[in-house]
Amino acid sequence: MQGRNRFPAGLVLESHKQFPLDLPIVELPAPPCVVLALDQGSGREAEPVVANGDRVAFGSTVARPGAAGSAALHATISGRVVAIETREAATPSGHSTCIVIESDGEDRRDPALRTHPDYPSLDPDQLVVALRAAGIVGLGGAAFPTATKLEAARARGARKLVLNGAECEPWICCDDALLREQAADVLLGAHVLMQALAADSCVVAIEDDKPHAIEAMRASVAAAGATGITVQVLPAIYPQGAERQLVTAVTGDEVPSRGWPAEVGVTCQNVATAAAIARWVLTGEPCLTRVVTVTGSGVARPCNVRARIGTPLAALVEAAGGYRDTPLQLIAGGNMTGRALPSDGIGLAKAMNCVLVATRADLEPRISAFERPCIRCGDCATVCPAGLLPQQLHRAARADDESGLRGLGIWDCIDCGLCDYVCPSQIPLAYRFRSAQSVLREREAAARKATAARERHERRGRRLEQAALAEQHAFDAARRRALGNDTAARPDAPDGTS
Amino acid sequence: MRFDTAPAPHVIGGYSVPRVMFPVLLALVPAGMVHVALFGPGLLLQVAVASVTALACEAAALRWRKRDAGVALRDGSVLVTAFLLAFAVTPLLPWWLNVFGTAAAVLLGKHVFGGLGQNPFNPAMVGYAILLVAFPVEMTRWPVPLDADSAHSWADLARLTVLYFYGGDASGGWDGYTGATTLDSIRNGLDLRYTLPEMLERDDLVGPLGARGFAWINLAALVGGAYLLWRRIVRWHIPVAVLAGLMVPAMVASWLDPGAHLGGLFQAFAGATMLGAFFIATDPVSAATSDRGRLWYGAGIGLITWVIRTWGGYPDGIAFAVLLMNVAVPLIDRYTVPRIYGHPRD
Amino acid sequence: MSAAAIVVACLVAALFALTIGAGLGWAAARTRDRTDELVARIDALLPQTQCGQCLYPGCRPYATAIARGEADIDRCPPGGEATIRAIALLLDRAPRPVDPSYGVTKEAVVAWIDEDRCIGCARCLPPCPVDAIVGAPRFMHTVIRDQCTGCELCIPACPVDCIELRPLAASSPTPLLGSA
Repeated sequence: MQGRNRFPAGLVLESHKQFPLDLPIVELPAPPCVVLALDQGSGREAEPVVANGDRVAFGSTVARPGAAGSAALHATISGRVVAIETREAATPSGHSTCIVIESDGEDRRDPALRTHPDYPSLDPDQLVVALRAAGIVGLGGAAFPTATKLEAARARGARKLVLNGAECEPWICCDDALLREQAADVLLGAHVLMQALAADSCVVAIEDDKPHAIEAMRASVAAAGATGITVQVLPAIYPQGAERQLVTAVTGDEVPSRGWPAEVGVTCQNVATAAAIARWVLTGEPCLTRVVTVTGSGVARPCNVRARIGTPLAALVEAAGGYRDTPLQLIAGGNMTGRALPSDGIGLAKAMNCVLVATRADLEPRISAFERPCIRCGDCATVCPAGLLPQQLHRAARADDESGLRGLGIWDCIDCGLCDYVCPSQIPLAYRFRSAQSVLREREAAARKATAARERHERRGRRLEQAALAEQHAFDAARRRALGNDTAARPDAPDGTS
Repeated sequence: MRFDTAPAPHVIGGYSVPRVMFPVLLALVPAGMVHVALFGPGLLLQVAVASVTALACEAAALRWRKRDAGVALRDGSVLVTAFLLAFAVTPLLPWWLNVFGTAAAVLLGKHVFGGLGQNPFNPAMVGYAILLVAFPVEMTRWPVPLDADSAHSWADLARLTVLYFYGGDASGGWDGYTGATTLDSIRNGLDLRYTLPEMLERDDLVGPLGARGFAWINLAALVGGAYLLWRRIVRWHIPVAVLAGLMVPAMVASWLDPGAHLGGLFQAFAGATMLGAFFIATDPVSAATSDRGRLWYGAGIGLITWVIRTWGGYPDGIAFAVLLMNVAVPLIDRYTVPRIYGHPRD
Repeated sequence: MSAAAIVVACLVAALFALTIGAGLGWAAARTRDRTDELVARIDALLPQTQCGQCLYPGCRPYATAIARGEADIDRCPPGGEATIRAIALLLDRAPRPVDPSYGVTKEAVVAWIDEDRCIGCARCLPPCPVDAIVGAPRFMHTVIRDQCTGCELCIPACPVDCIELRPLAASSPTPLLGSA
């Protein structure tokens, strides 16, 4: 477990996970209104298949996959679509087209939903199609469509499944609660995923600060007599749960830079995704609910809840006893990589594993930090789990040195935020690198466009040249024909030329 | 309900530049106390003058550069420069040389390059080098350490210190109070064809730990350095590399020719070795970036120090060794970039 | 110090300087890009809009002119300051602002044909330097948005003025509606 299988560096952070775990998961009832963002966090929107005014039921499809990276969406309450409009959402751009549904109070199920006890008889392609239709996405935070990921993994020959139960980021404990209470579901999900991958082994990775979860999962595996599935305990170091670092911890191999875990024969899925797949098998429900941790010093009673996707975050806070003290920020995710949201009217997204209502106490000393010049202490490099030199990256970013940024590995940055955390000059490094990445992406896109324009221009040049040449030939041929006709009337010309 | 937004991460560890700088001052206290006990109160005067000058120069430079002086002065980095320079110079230095040297260190060693974080050279060593080259006589006039000299008292030494501090003339009546440092004397002796074993017999040069007087200061600096290592303010790479770079050639040379070369342990506790290894060479701004680079950097300092001490024109080479390796840092950085996760191991 | 010694010292120093200077000059000449390589490198920095505002028929001819020293580097408005700086860095010259007599740097635009007004005359197809307009006589014409470089050469060709320029940035969303 240690030694060779350890990713570089990392840091042990204060976990803040105790309070919500003192209570069991609370099942929340259907809210009066849900806001379903077509962009569930990936930056790409799905395409709506309903219109304003349509009646929908629990589980009805309301959107189909659109641009690559978007997934199907389903209504999570029964009622009527009252609006399809742009609203604030938890997306990279800060907004998304949202389908707003108002409840009719009945909580009807869509009659098309059926259970899938026959999943072992489906072949991997059929399973992938079914999972795609069910809108299953990675519930660990990326919201990447699971079907696409499985397809790509199988194509690259990944035969080992790793279920990510690490949950390394502070404050988040929904996966811990899920494993404690619903380990059997996770196990069922693992079976389905292995079927879809044609995988031969599965490792459920859990951090060592979750003894109850480890016990529950082990008991479940033993009770089911499941072969090929093992539970592996990993040290609780942030960011143990980051995909690349997790792969190294489990297998000892490194995922190649800008490559995929499938290239080393592994694919990772979050335990909550597995549980969602189990629910689909057992009840036919597509991705409609998830377990969320509602926590922070700004809520009265931190707890884990199972809520419907699209539930306004204000309702989740209500369920956790309402606001307390002076909440300053509403963060979707943990305190290291979570996205601060501007409003609690935003609907719960599939990938939101935590709603952190932060007060000043939770945010200090970050909010009163001010930036000093870099003193080249090197602490950032000491903790970087990707083995980068954030200090040099920072210099290159400030100097707008593109080739320097690329050479130093800007694309290998996993955005864990540890360099920020330890910097004595309190430089917002993670933010700078994110900005640098987006600027580089834009420039690379512009460069690709320019290259394409140059090629089209050159091709056009050749086309015009050839057209001119063809015209010239045609003219010459016509001229020859014309002159040839003339020769017939001039008998003294020897061979037709004049 | 509406909220403010801010980019992730939303928490930091609470580390700050003052928290890196001020423990260094604390770690210098043991060495300071030993220094004062052995060489009189001169150190205290030098530290006071250097600190005031450094803060004044920094404030002036920041205002001239239109930066926020209040914030920058509070980070403690210029005080570290002042303290290190005060430790490096002789306690008998006239006050106006101290001011000149400190001003040179802060202005020419730091602000001319852009202030905190931008200086390629160690500022304290820049000031020291300028002073040493421009005023060699005043800079090499050390008092005889009180543990080697039972004829004089601490109070006497204090009076002499104050005399020199105000630039007075100390001829007549003060014979035997000042002399060359141990390293200096040993070098002179070797040049005069005395052998090393002969000189190491002399009680006024060598004490139980090595160099008379200075060995105790080095020991105290080592204690301070250990404190910095424990607090993780300083990482082990530079100090260990400097000591190895100095002691290994010394041990080899003294094994080959014990009559002409000091042993590794003697070298380690002579001159400003420990101060250099734990406090001076570890200045993060002018040192190499990666751990591997720091090992090379430290080893280079140790080696150059040994070369200067053995064959060079100055008795203690730490300052010049540091400055020379500062020059090499961009090259070291270029060739010691650590391997990134996911990149091939070649 | 006799006069002869001084003279000798000066001569030696001058000889040194000449030798080293000649050596540096030779090294510079040896390592300078061949002209065609230089043209390719300059062309790689140009935005490939192919608009002709520099008064050369395309980006490559302009790059050739720069390499030959026939044109200055400040003639490209679509490339703007960033391009000029990059070329200046490549050629080791001082950058300068875009010369306004060749045009001003505007925001990125793409052409759009208003299909209600298009008469299908196909007069806009030939001017497009990157063949980004699809169509044929008497068939509807349309601009392939991803391939249009915003060079504006199609605009004067259209006899009914049905080509508009639209900003490249995705159409801004309607004003944000907050939560309840």
